[in-house]
Amino acid sequence: MIEIQGINKSFGDTQVLKDISAIFKPSIVNLVIGASGSGKSVTAKCIVGLHEVDSGTVLYDGRNFTNMNRYDRKEIRKEIGMLFQGSALFDSLTVEENVMFPLTMFTEMSKGEMRERANICLERVNLVNKNHLLPAECSGGMQKRIGIARAIVMNPKYLFCDEPNSGLDPQTSILIDNLIKEITYEYKMTTIVITHDMNSVIEIGDYIIFIHEGQKWWEGSKQDILKTDNKEINEFVYAADFMKQIKDNLGR
Amino acid sequence: MMRYVFSRPERFKIYKNRVFDEIEIIGLSSIPLVALLSAFMGAVVTLQTASNMDSPLLPAETVGFITRQTTILEFSPTVISLILAGKIGSNIASEVGTMRVTEQIDALEIMGVNSLGYLVLPKIIAGVFTFPFVIIISMALSLLGGLFAAVQSGLCSQEDYIKGLRYWFMADDINYALIKTVTFAVIITSVASFYGYYTKGGALDVGKSSTQAVVYSSIAILIANFVLTQLILL
Repeated sequence: MIEIQGINKSFGDTQVLKDISAIFKPSIVNLVIGASGSGKSVTAKCIVGLHEVDSGTVLYDGRNFTNMNRYDRKEIRKEIGMLFQGSALFDSLTVEENVMFPLTMFTEMSKGEMRERANICLERVNLVNKNHLLPAECSGGMQKRIGIARAIVMNPKYLFCDEPNSGLDPQTSILIDNLIKEITYEYKMTTIVITHDMNSVIEIGDYIIFIHEGQKWWEGSKQDILKTDNKEINEFVYAADFMKQIKDNLGR
Repeated sequence: MMRYVFSRPERFKIYKNRVFDEIEIIGLSSIPLVALLSAFMGAVVTLQTASNMDSPLLPAETVGFITRQTTILEFSPTVISLILAGKIGSNIASEVGTMRVTEQIDALEIMGVNSLGYLVLPKIIAGVFTFPFVIIISMALSLLGGLFAAVQSGLCSQEDYIKGLRYWFMADDINYALIKTVTFAVIITSVASFYGYYTKGGALDVGKSSTQAVVYSSIAILIANFVLTQLILL
């Protein structure tokens, strides 16, 4: 479980996050949604420590991450897997080497054991016989799946996905969403997905927080979000016509 | 920054492999360019010296002597380092800068890897160990280029040139050159890594970081050259 308590973050004179608190439970897919520039990615980066919070606390299963020094944070980070918006695969390494990378840095496994573990993860994301390709030779969807395989290779307790569907076609997006959902349930991870994709909200959003202008505006489930009267959420959720139709159908 | 660069590596074996990779990128790949420049510059220095020696009072071996002093004291350690600042500095800054803007450095940090140590330390070590070899190769080829030019032009005989090379030779000149080279290696690799690591933005900013890395490492080399010359030679 990850708990954030009253986190604030400013860049210069601009306050990006204002007193955000939330509890992200394990074995469900937690979504952080909001419009572009609302502060959702900054929230995720504050939780993982890529940005330092100005005030507030981040707790990983009760362990206060905010107060930890660099070396204690490293131990927590070994329990974190993260899928980045642009996949962030290492250009000079092959698919297999990318997935094996955390194992080579932090485990005592033999090369054979690492290769076996990497192949299990690659099979889990439906990537077989692509081990020797370089990231530049893979499609966007493949890169996301490699990113997921790398994120889960250490059996993390916490999984962060920053806009996993950006730049992907709808079919591949659904594939990635389902993969994240299945992996979360299978490994009982605490998963936080940052997205503004309403398909993802409807497909996988077990618990959703909506960030608006740096504040937590709303929280609930995917069923709740379709019924809420909150003006800002409705503007966000029903921006597309097909979503309005869904709402009308629900209304009938 | 340097505190994290020199902090204890997570895995020595991985770092060792990275050092060898960097030796290839930083050192070995620079040899063809350095060899070409050195041979031609040595030849030109010899021709310039020989053609400007009008006085019959100057012995013929002066050509070899001046070529040697120019090459060992300044051309090979300083000018070649400035050229390498352009080649290697821009390479390092753009590589690390691209890793920054494509979130690869964030990915390393999230995994718990000390990204500064993992990316920068192998480059500094590779630079410190390979630059002296590259510069020694440069010295040798520059002097050979000078010999070739002297003999081919007929401005100086082979015997006089070699006699000039050996005339009043002090091994401390080589030490001085190598001390400068190691200093310049640290400057080039660390300044370029700094500008790459702290790149913010996109592709345009990677280009800017690359340019800044070359400009500031060149300035730092010139200042360090002045200071070291004062400290060591005077």
